[in-house]
Amino acid sequence: MLQKIYDWLDTRLDITPMWRDIADHEVPEHVNPAHHFSAFVYCFGGLTFFVVVIQILSGMFLTMYYVPDIVHAYESVYYLQNEVTHGMIVRGMHHWGASLVIVMMFLHTLRVFFTGSYKKPRELNWVVGVLLFFVVLGLGFTGYLLPWDMKAYFATVVGLEIAESAPIIGGFASTLLAGGEIIGAQTLARFFAIHVFFLPGALLGLLGAHFYMIRKQGISGPL
Amino acid sequence: MSEERKHRVSRRQFLTYTLTGVGGFMAAGMLSPMVRMALDPALEDTDDSDFISIGLSEDDVTEEPQLVNFDVEIEDGWYTSEQTQSAYVFRQDGEILALSPICTHLGCTVGWEGNQDYPDQFYCPCHHGRFEPDGTNIQGTPPTRPLDVYEVEVRDGMVHLGNIRERG
Repeated sequence: MLQKIYDWLDTRLDITPMWRDIADHEVPEHVNPAHHFSAFVYCFGGLTFFVVVIQILSGMFLTMYYVPDIVHAYESVYYLQNEVTHGMIVRGMHHWGASLVIVMMFLHTLRVFFTGSYKKPRELNWVVGVLLFFVVLGLGFTGYLLPWDMKAYFATVVGLEIAESAPIIGGFASTLLAGGEIIGAQTLARFFAIHVFFLPGALLGLLGAHFYMIRKQGISGPL
Repeated sequence: MSEERKHRVSRRQFLTYTLTGVGGFMAAGMLSPMVRMALDPALEDTDDSDFISIGLSEDDVTEEPQLVNFDVEIEDGWYTSEQTQSAYVFRQDGEILALSPICTHLGCTVGWEGNQDYPDQFYCPCHHGRFEPDGTNIQGTPPTRPLDVYEVEVRDGMVHLGNIRERG
């Protein structure tokens, strides 16, 4: 059945070559945990991506119940956490996953660093990776405010104070991020927009570049 | 070539099956709470609202429909608000009847004797829908079913209204 559907599509769209190009390539022995168990360190990048996919999916579902408004934000989070069936699980996935992305990404960075995989010709991919790191930190920072409880609010107060302490552009950056002089209605709307549209957009673009370069340059050789 | 040999699973097939199985299991584990969460409003039990007093004494209910406004607390997810609803309350054969004034055609508000040409009828100004005093829709006018009724209960001499119910 599935084979028939695939064949039907394939005769019309010729998807097999695309499929080959994306997925059908050999995994070198030195990165295959079946050959050397220690090669599991090469899985960290893929695991980071896996957690990112969970973050995107759970985040999409959370926005069905969340409203970025200072009057109702906390109530809507409380509602989805305590009244909606499995809301606690989905918010839990997003909450814990947020930390897990950063942990996995850090381990992935360590692997790349200690295997020297950032060296020529892969310097650009390292740069893209560092940009991805900043985007993920940004997602963590903006997402932290959204529940609009005391912890969220004062974490953002501290975060914006840090931004303000930057020389010359500090005041400008802080006002721009907060959407005004007060951390309030405009800050929440802005952080929400950045969290669900701007940064995920940047994330997907950078991930595309990251993966394209892996395919183009191949996996770095054994130590 | 024996029969048995035909049914042997190749290494590749085995791997395909197990990987698809494990992958499907993981995907299901990931997606099922999310999907259940999204479906929650549709799967939730519709809770029966309590009867609320409309501030009208049983003795004041006459044969003539009178429009009574009353406030209902609406719970909408994380947002609770008061909404004013109204009902035509009157006696018919001794029983108290409370009709919703929402026209069953397209949801306009009907008025008792809302048109001079049709005394003793509910009249909807939008498409000239008409109803008998007991709420039955009049054949030949747009509405296709009678006006909805509220559940009525008298407590301590005061009229209380509950859920709205469709008839016909």
